[in-house]
Amino acid sequence: MSAREEVLRRIRRATKDVTEPDPALDVPVDWTYGRALDTPDVLADFVEKVEDYKATVVRVDEAGVGQAIVDALAELGAMSTVLPDGLPSQWDETVVDSGIAVHRDHPELSRAELNVIDAVVTTAAVGMADSGTIALDHGEGQGRRALTLLPDRHICVVRSDQVVSDVPEGIARLAPGIRSRRPVTWVSGGSATSDIELIRVEGVHGPRRLWVILVD
Amino acid sequence: MSTRERLTPEPPSWLGIPPFPEAAKAELGKAQQRKNLRHATATIRTKRAIRAAEVDNWEELRTAAAQIKDRVGRHLDHYLVQAEKAMTEAGITVHWARDGDEANRIVGEIAKAKGVDEVVKIKSMVTQETDLNEHLEEIGIAAWETDLAELIVQLGHDLPSHILVPAIHRNRSEEREIFTTEMGRYGTPAPEGLSDEPAELAAAARTHLREKFLRAKMAISGGNFIVAETGTLVIVESEGNGRMCLTLPETLVSVVGIEKILPTVEDLEVFLKLLPRSSTGERMNPYNSFWTGVTPGDGPQDLHVVLLDNGRTNVLADPEGRATLRCIRCSACLNICPVYERVGGHAYGSPYPGPIGAILGPQLRGLDEARDRALPYASTLCGACNEVCPVKIPFTDILVHLRHKVAEYKTSKHPTVEQGLMKGAGWVMSDGRHLALAQRASRTAGLLVKGRWLGPMPIPLAGRWLQARDVEAPPTETFRQWWKKNRGDK
Ligand code: SF4
Repeated sequence: MSAREEVLRRIRRATKDVTEPDPALDVPVDWTYGRALDTPDVLADFVEKVEDYKATVVRVDEAGVGQAIVDALAELGAMSTVLPDGLPSQWDETVVDSGIAVHRDHPELSRAELNVIDAVVTTAAVGMADSGTIALDHGEGQGRRALTLLPDRHICVVRSDQVVSDVPEGIARLAPGIRSRRPVTWVSGGSATSDIELIRVEGVHGPRRLWVILVD
Repeated sequence: MSTRERLTPEPPSWLGIPPFPEAAKAELGKAQQRKNLRHATATIRTKRAIRAAEVDNWEELRTAAAQIKDRVGRHLDHYLVQAEKAMTEAGITVHWARDGDEANRIVGEIAKAKGVDEVVKIKSMVTQETDLNEHLEEIGIAAWETDLAELIVQLGHDLPSHILVPAIHRNRSEEREIFTTEMGRYGTPAPEGLSDEPAELAAAARTHLREKFLRAKMAISGGNFIVAETGTLVIVESEGNGRMCLTLPETLVSVVGIEKILPTVEDLEVFLKLLPRSSTGERMNPYNSFWTGVTPGDGPQDLHVVLLDNGRTNVLADPEGRATLRCIRCSACLNICPVYERVGGHAYGSPYPGPIGAILGPQLRGLDEARDRALPYASTLCGACNEVCPVKIPFTDILVHLRHKVAEYKTSKHPTVEQGLMKGAGWVMSDGRHLALAQRASRTAGLLVKGRWLGPMPIPLAGRWLQARDVEAPPTETFRQWWKKNRGDK
C-alpha cells in the first residue's frame, strides 16, 4: 500500500465516529467573515500601528510622491536603488533625475547584485490598519519577492484607498489574488528578532528599515 | 557509524534525556537557566495579555478557531485530498509520509537528486520531530538552521527548549561565547571583538548566514497552514530568514504535518489575528509568506510538499485527545505554565515541551516508553494553559484522560500497585466505609513521617509527578475523624 493510501486509511479509521459527511453541517463555525472594525479614522490607526514597529510613515498627496521617494532615499542614506517594473513614470523619472544609481530587474538581477543595492521602492496591494500590516501581491510596481528582501531598506508607497481597518477585510481583498496563485507577502515593520533575552533587535535578514509613504 | 568529520555541529540526543521527574530535578538545579526562563516567560506573558485584550471579540475568535480546526480534524481525509489536488495543479509535487523516517528519506532523496551537499532551513517543529538534520548529516548533506535562536542552538551543540524561542534558556554572554568559538568553523566567523550586545550578535548572525543564503540551491521549511481550497502554503515569521528560504533557492521542500490544513482562504483571517498575538504578543509578526505553487520568474521553480503523519492519526483516533491536533504552535501554553517556567524545555525530552508537549508527545508516540508515560504527570493541573490557548485545547481534561491511559497501559503490560490503586479509586468512592478505610491507610503514612516534608513520595500512585518536587506530609487525621471529634457528637 502506498504511503498516501495508508495515511488516508488511518485517517478514515480514526474518524469512523464521524457520521455526518458534510463538514459544514458536522461542525458549524460561529464566525462572520470579512467584517470591518468600526475604527473612526482608519488611516490614522494605520499610521500609528506602523510607526509602532519603528517604521517611518510620511503622508503626501499624489503629486508629492516622487519627491517623497527621493527624500526617503536620502534620509535612509541609500546611494543605489532598484525600481521594479510598473511604477508610475512620474516617480521613476524623479528618482532618476535625482542622480541616485538606479537598477532595473531586467535582465533579472542576480542575488549577489541585489545584495549590494541599498534600497528598493515598491507600491503595495493592501494596508491593514489594526495590525499595521502591508500586503504585497507582487503585481505591477511591487517586483518579484527577492526585490523586497535583499536590499537593506524598503520604501513602500501605499494609497489611502488600499488601507482597510483590519485583517479580515484585508484577506477579503487579497483572496482573488491568492486564488489566482499570486504569491503574497505581508510586511509589518522591518525584519526583527527577539531571540536574545527577548530584546527586540531590528533587522536580521530582511530589510532593516521600512519607510512608508501614504498617499492621501 | 562513519568516522568522517561531521559537516554540522553535533547535537546531543533527546533519547539521552531521562523521564520527566528525573530530568526536571536536574534542570531545577540550574539557577541561571531558571532566571533566564522566569524573565523570558514573564515578559511574553505580559505582552500576550495586552495584545489579546486589544481585540474586542477575542473569545469569539478562539471559538471560531477551535471549530475550524475540529472541522478539519473530523474530515481530514476530505481536506487532504482537496489540498493535494490544488497543490498538484499549482505545480507542487506532493509526497506522503507515514512516519519521520519516511519523510526524512523523501527529503534526502530530493537533495541527492538535486546534487546538493547543503541546504538552508527555516525553523520547523516538524523536522525537529523527525530529526531531519541528523538524517541529512548521515547522508553527507549539511543542513543549516537560519533562525537566530536555532542558529544559537545548532552552533551551541544544544537542543531547543521552547517552540518559539528555542534558545530561551541561554543569555547573551553564553550566546556571544558560542558565536565566537563556533561560527568560524562552519563559515563566516564572528567579527573580532564581538560584544554581547543583542544588536551586535544579530548582526554577526546576519553576516554569517547571508553567505549561506546567497549560494543556497535548496531550502527546507515547515508550514503554519495549508489552505485546502487553493493549495496555498503560509509561513509566519519575524526575521526574514523564512522569506530567504522560500524565495531564493531553486528548490524548496516543505514538510508539513497533516493537521495543518485550513479549509478556505477566508479562514486565514481568524488564525492570522490569533497567532501573532498569542505567540509573541505582537499585533502581527514582521513577515508572512503565502505561496501557491510555482510562480514563473519568482521564487523556487521546483516545489515539494511532504505531508507527514508520524503519529497524528493516533491522536485523531482518540476522540478525547483529538483536540490536541488543533494546536497552531503559538507557545502561549508554555509561557503561562508554572512547571515549564521552572524546569525549562529540555526536561520534556522532545521538541515539544510545556503543556502541549505533555499531551502531544504521549499521543504521537504512544506509551511504550517511560518518558512518554511520565509526561501526562508533568503538570499541576492548574488550568492556566486552558485559558490562554487560542484554539481552546482542554488541557486538563486531556491530561487526566492520559493519566488514566497510562494506568491502564501498566495494567495490561505488567501489573503494579498503581494498577490496583487506579482500579481501587472506583471501589473507594463507591462506599463511604471504603473511603474511611483508605483514608486510615493514608493517615498511617502520615504518622510515620509526621512533621517532616517528604522528598520522593513513597506512594506509587503519586510517583511520577511527586518525585520531582517536595510535598507536604499527609495529615495524621482524616477529615472524617476530625469531623467526628469536633462536630459529630454535637
Ligand atoms: S496548545 Fe494552544 S497555547 Fe499551546 S502552543 Fe498549541 S495553540 Fe498555542
